[in-house]
Amino acid sequence: MSAPSSRGGRVARFALNAYAGLALLYLFVPIVWIVVFSFNKPKGNYNVAWQQFTLENWKNPFSDESLTNAFVESLKIAAISTVIATVLGSMIAIALARYKFRGSGGLNFFLVLPLTTPEIVLGSSLATLFLDWNVTRGFTTVVIAHIMFQVSFVALTVRARVRGFDWTLEQAAQDLGATPVRTFWKVTFPLILPGILAAALLSFALSLDDFIITLFNAGSLVTFPLYINGSFRVKFPPEVNVLASAILFVSVALMLMGTLWGARGRRKSTA
Amino acid sequence: MSSAVVRWGVRRPEMLGLGALLLAGGLLAAVGTRLLTGPLAVLALGTVFASIVALVVVATMGTPETRRKIAPYGLLKPGMLWLALFYLAPLFTLLRLSLSTLPSRFAVEANFDWNFDNYVTAFTDFGPQFQRAFMYSGIATILTIAIGYPLAYVIAFRGGKFRNLLLGLVVIPFFTSYLIRTIAWRSILSDNGIATGMIGKFRLTWMLETMGMMDNGRLINTPAAVIFGLTYNFLPFMILPIYVSLEKVDVRLVDAAKDLYSTSTSAFRKVVVPLSLPGVFAGTLLTFIPAAGDFVNALYLGSPNTTMIGNSIQDQFLVQNNVPLASAMSFVLMLIITVFVIIYSRFFGTEDLA
Repeated sequence: MSAPSSRGGRVARFALNAYAGLALLYLFVPIVWIVVFSFNKPKGNYNVAWQQFTLENWKNPFSDESLTNAFVESLKIAAISTVIATVLGSMIAIALARYKFRGSGGLNFFLVLPLTTPEIVLGSSLATLFLDWNVTRGFTTVVIAHIMFQVSFVALTVRARVRGFDWTLEQAAQDLGATPVRTFWKVTFPLILPGILAAALLSFALSLDDFIITLFNAGSLVTFPLYINGSFRVKFPPEVNVLASAILFVSVALMLMGTLWGARGRRKSTA
Repeated sequence: MSSAVVRWGVRRPEMLGLGALLLAGGLLAAVGTRLLTGPLAVLALGTVFASIVALVVVATMGTPETRRKIAPYGLLKPGMLWLALFYLAPLFTLLRLSLSTLPSRFAVEANFDWNFDNYVTAFTDFGPQFQRAFMYSGIATILTIAIGYPLAYVIAFRGGKFRNLLLGLVVIPFFTSYLIRTIAWRSILSDNGIATGMIGKFRLTWMLETMGMMDNGRLINTPAAVIFGLTYNFLPFMILPIYVSLEKVDVRLVDAAKDLYSTSTSAFRKVVVPLSLPGVFAGTLLTFIPAAGDFVNALYLGSPNTTMIGNSIQDQFLVQNNVPLASAMSFVLMLIITVFVIIYSRFFGTEDLA
């Protein structure tokens, strides 16, 4: 865009940038709080008032046994549900992006619905299904619930990523004598893999963090968010901040690696 | 039989694929809701299985053309069947339970008897909760546009080579737990927290109280705190879709408008804003819908006077054990939101919601 020439234009430009900067800062306020308080040595059960700097919490993040168990349950659930949802969702995404077919509009609409239904409706309705079946709610029902909302998410994310994919590459491979199966694994899959991994990472984070749907379908199972909610009336230990900060740092590191990997891939393909 | 399937399938493979998909999904949902029980359920599950076998047979024995036409349905099938059983079927059991009666307060099994009392109770006893849910989420949605649009605009048009970095910064906070973020705000806004202290130091308490943002010198446990939390927690869902639509705006269009003697302001209003409306539309849905059903912010930042419908559903379902009433409230929430989405998309609708 052409540079604003008038003085008023410059002031307006600066004001807008400052406003955007403040908005970005606002997003980070609680994050800074969480990370800073992971280094706090609280008095009593609640880690909410700043007392003194310590590294103890980071040295023993697993000192609270019930918190550790809840965290491990959450990781297990997220791992299983993400693998299944990524396979199911990616298949849907490939179908929608690769082929023109009858009924794609309606099926596409159906796919968006779970994402535009409030979580409380998803959680409570699935709980009524399990009540109706006389199934005890626990680990398996939570995994089922997570896959349900992850499938739509993965499908739409991967589809957005593979939209610009050049499908004539498949044609080229087959013209050179590759079987459809071999074409998929040797040509298509490596090219859409970054998109699939990015979607899997995001849906892993969604599962790890899910509270509302999990609450309705967990029975006596305790996950990381359920532990925080359940114990908040009596305590809020600094180990919670440590684990939350650790999740944050690992996700950021994975995101950075993904970006660098993607950039390298692009350089390679244009070279 | 399989050769007949193949022959017919060769002629109309896409109809076979679509028909088998819809049939299997419908039957699975019907078994899931126990509309079909006993031998009928076995028959239905057998049909679902047979439809998968038929698909595999056609896909392996058909011509390349048949295969290509049948492939998308095969790829869609597992995921779609999952959604049919665990998304669609539960909505029917929710509806059926909402029309059921609990024989006693401690009964586990509710009897389905077309009991509309739950809906009457939902409206008469929980009217304020419904009102607050839609009012709070509505205000929060407007605030996310006010905060998110300028940020998305600056990233899209002035981000330069830092665009992706800035977008990353928008997303990063959301890799920490939703609950812990809300608890962080609770601590910051609490009576001994940083925010209350700063407001007191700058003697702004009276101003915020007249604006209705504080109550007796408190930030926490007020409606404003709940709205504040909703705004914060759903902000990225507004920023990202607006950014996506702004990113597609061709800057040359703005230059063209200016060449034709349009001022910056009118170029923005008449060129950029209309082109970014699909993003605002998608962002509004992605913010308003989850915010209306949320109960975490009201639970941690509010008081008993600021409970939203989500709090009531959770309480009735999991604490009071009145599942039929909770189901009725859940169903009403879904209906109101569906009606809102339909009306809203009539006025502002675009196809590329996803």
